[in-house]
Amino acid sequence: MPARGVLRARLTPIDIGVVVAVLVLLYVVVRVGHGVTASFSPHALQHVSTNPARLPYDAVRSLLRMFVGLFLSFVFTLIYGYAAARSRRAERVLVPILDILQSVPVLGFLTITVTVFVGLFPHSELGLEWASIFAIFTAQAWNMTFSFYASLKSLPRELDELSRSLRLTRWQRFWKIEVPNGAIGLVWNGMMSFGGAWFFLVASEAITLHNRTYSLPGLGSFVGAAIAKGDLGAVGAAIGAMFVLVIAVNIMFWRPLVAWSERFRYETTEAQHAQRSVVLGILARSTWPRTVGAARARVAEPLGRAMRILGRDGAEATVTPARQRAGDIAFGVVIAALIAFGAYEGLHYIATTPGAGLGEIPYCFALGAATFGRVCVLLVFATIVWVPIGVWIGLNPRVAQLAQPIVQVLASFPANFVFPFATLAFIELGVSIDIGGILLMALGAQWYILFNVIAGASAIPSDLREAMDMLGVRGWQRWKRLIIPGILSSYVTGGITAAGGAWNASIVAEVVTYHHTTLTAYGLGAYIVKASNEGNKAKLICGVAVMSVYVVVVNRLLWRRLYRLSETRYSL
Amino acid sequence: MAGQPAPSTRARARRSIVTVTDLTKTFATRDGGELPVLEGINLDVQPGEIVALLGKSGSGKSTLLRCIAGLVTPSSGTVYYRGKPLQGINPGVSLVFQTFALLPWLTVQQNVELGLEAQGIEPEERSPRALQAIDLIGLDGFESAFPKELSGGMRQRVGFARALVVEPDLLLMDEPFSALDVLTAENLRTELLELWQAGEFPAEAILIVTHNIEEAVLFADRVIVLGTNPGRIRTELQNQLPRPRDRNNPDVGALVDEIYGIMTDRATTEALEKGAEPESGVQHVMLPHASVDGVAGLAELVLAAGGQSDLGDLARVLGFEIDDLFPIIDSMTILAFATVEAGDLVLTDSGKQFAGADIQDSKAIFREAVLQRVPLVRRIERALRHSSDGTLREGFFLDLLHNHYSDDESRAQLDTAIDWARYAELFEYDAAHGEIRLDQPAVQSVSG
Repeated sequence: MPARGVLRARLTPIDIGVVVAVLVLLYVVVRVGHGVTASFSPHALQHVSTNPARLPYDAVRSLLRMFVGLFLSFVFTLIYGYAAARSRRAERVLVPILDILQSVPVLGFLTITVTVFVGLFPHSELGLEWASIFAIFTAQAWNMTFSFYASLKSLPRELDELSRSLRLTRWQRFWKIEVPNGAIGLVWNGMMSFGGAWFFLVASEAITLHNRTYSLPGLGSFVGAAIAKGDLGAVGAAIGAMFVLVIAVNIMFWRPLVAWSERFRYETTEAQHAQRSVVLGILARSTWPRTVGAARARVAEPLGRAMRILGRDGAEATVTPARQRAGDIAFGVVIAALIAFGAYEGLHYIATTPGAGLGEIPYCFALGAATFGRVCVLLVFATIVWVPIGVWIGLNPRVAQLAQPIVQVLASFPANFVFPFATLAFIELGVSIDIGGILLMALGAQWYILFNVIAGASAIPSDLREAMDMLGVRGWQRWKRLIIPGILSSYVTGGITAAGGAWNASIVAEVVTYHHTTLTAYGLGAYIVKASNEGNKAKLICGVAVMSVYVVVVNRLLWRRLYRLSETRYSL
Repeated sequence: MAGQPAPSTRARARRSIVTVTDLTKTFATRDGGELPVLEGINLDVQPGEIVALLGKSGSGKSTLLRCIAGLVTPSSGTVYYRGKPLQGINPGVSLVFQTFALLPWLTVQQNVELGLEAQGIEPEERSPRALQAIDLIGLDGFESAFPKELSGGMRQRVGFARALVVEPDLLLMDEPFSALDVLTAENLRTELLELWQAGEFPAEAILIVTHNIEEAVLFADRVIVLGTNPGRIRTELQNQLPRPRDRNNPDVGALVDEIYGIMTDRATTEALEKGAEPESGVQHVMLPHASVDGVAGLAELVLAAGGQSDLGDLARVLGFEIDDLFPIIDSMTILAFATVEAGDLVLTDSGKQFAGADIQDSKAIFREAVLQRVPLVRRIERALRHSSDGTLREGFFLDLLHNHYSDDESRAQLDTAIDWARYAELFEYDAAHGEIRLDQPAVQSVSG
């Protein structure tokens, strides 16, 4: 979910440049992984046990992956966000890259990253593990980084002046001012994207490489094996376990964390909806906080003193504008040259690889149009159905309190678990996957619209609603004048996330299997899956790049404009 | 001052903690020009004295404070600390903020220790020092409280403790009491002065920025009055009245009146001086940020008091500070509804008419006054009448204003002008499209 305040609405040359740069990066990664044979023999999918007694073990393995991914995202966030906020030049490159990475469908890269990681760890499962963790990482890192970057840029001026006037060490400033300032956003974004990461976890636990499927112990591969065997009971058990896992993590980890992060709120007034957490209350009454605090203090003091070498805030750095501009120009030239060179190489690679060729690019665009059509239909239907429901829930605080955690769980629940049932239904009913794929994509994406609309509707000030009541404004007029403008910015946020989720989902929804039947749709997602099955990396790059272009362009032209409108004209 | 400075001046320079020489701070406008916030500032702070910097909002006093603190680099001129020019943060000062700037995730003691920790002082040494400072400032018992648990006054005390625990040479205060309610501010001010009088104050001198004239007179040994746009030192007043000072004391009252007079008289002269430009250029009388309601309300108040009112009394009765009162007074002066004579606000004839009339009549009087005396509105009106459909985009006028004011100030000037003109039923304004158009009935009634 894009953080507020860092959105640009126009398609600028630098955006195009960065799309090309991402393509280049992809090409480099492929070149590195090129020629690595997967010379190991993990369990083929059919040999994964579907005994429900294995579920706890599998669940823990999956959970472990999620949290390692979360930790890595956190570290990445701190480093990347700090670099982008501190260095002017780095910012010009890092922020657009982040912007686009956030829009790019990550699942498309999955086979490539698997190849790379497997190459790094031959003869062991670690390669697959790292590939899965990497997929989870990419689901979470961009949101959190954007949030941290935004919080660094919007640091209250007096905190900055405080730090400089007291000449805090850089280490002190980072840990005592900058990170706490961004803590609430980090936790919130982490929680939101953690929910989305379950989907990627499931998708990455069973990977098809050169037409063979390899799997890691985990809930996702459990379900995959159960599907392959047609064992619906096992699938049901896994779905149950998944629900338990999602809810448990929510209650035991995220809600306490959100409640605890309230202490970092830098406002003179308390937040209106302070999260309460039973778990946090229990923890607070135990002796844990004190022992942890004492241990932390004992480590923090010498560490803080050691880090004084990083320098203190408030030292004067005089840079003449002329030198700065010269440096900027040199920097820009180098970057542009790198991008141009890489772009040429990449296109050359696509053109010369057998089985591919530059003719693939327009073909991809045509396929992309089909997938884009599906995404549009999905969004329209989700809007028509879920916006009224969301508004009704949001305007009723008691219902909202009940519904919001449920919807949160639904949004986190990886829809790919449910795919086999849907596929079975499609096969039985003879529904074409071209249409059915829309439903599959919707299962994962539509909840974001609902979730955000609920939040937006509950944020409409009650005095405005009372004024409408008194004036007798009802029905469509009420919607036109109050409700739609009121929820517009939340809707746009939900829409952007839903659209991004839908594109990602297309990679797993346009080619579905049940038992021995495979349904393939006409679309870009199917193209990418086929290319990765064949091991044709050039086609893969082409497909993913085209999909990225679609997402970025629509983002800029449609969503960001709507967002701007909602922020200026319709902000409450 | 030609040739060698006199021996007393040199001795003074040697003794001074901070000396500011010929300081100028400009910022860049949109079209590459430069607008001065501060111009040619010369001042010094001697040990053992309290200096107050007084000025309206926008006078650059906070910027000057930050230049002295080393947070902002001046465009030209130098700040000396103990005879050495500043490079980066001034090592001998500490700052108390208007909004307290406490870290809500640290306890009171941790907040106070922050500066000591930054200097690399061991916990064994900084803890007793912090506790001592907390005790000095009257917060003993609150060491492990979080800022959320404290009231505004207590939070500012923590700010004081944090600033004083590092034992600075000069304590800088940026409107430290303006975020507090009147009673708390009074209490804190008195306590601070008592600490200062007691002789054990951890700092050698204090420089306080304020927009409250009474506060400046009650607190300071020297009051420096800054002008606006650009900020220059208008006057420096010595205040040798014995402490503790009582606001009911006639000497205190006289000094307050004198400062009111200085600040209003000069404002009027400045405003009118700028107004007399030839037809070709854009005349600019800087419009004060006041609403019509404020002007009308004050006029009625003064009329009820007999058409004349002492400024200091007005401020006290209304609970207003400079930034609330002066824009309204300046507006009334610009519109020729009132004048300021010897510290009193005196309504003119048109002002009395305006205050006494009903809504429609007062609008007519206001319209006359605005058209005659506010060049910006006149200019807009003329431009609208010459346009083909009586409509113009606001960006056109904003660009003209950008030559003389910052982005924010240009916006504020235009908003004020439109606000006044809309009340006078001269213009209509479409905020969504940013368009100004003539109010149709006004087209007929207003002539050349």
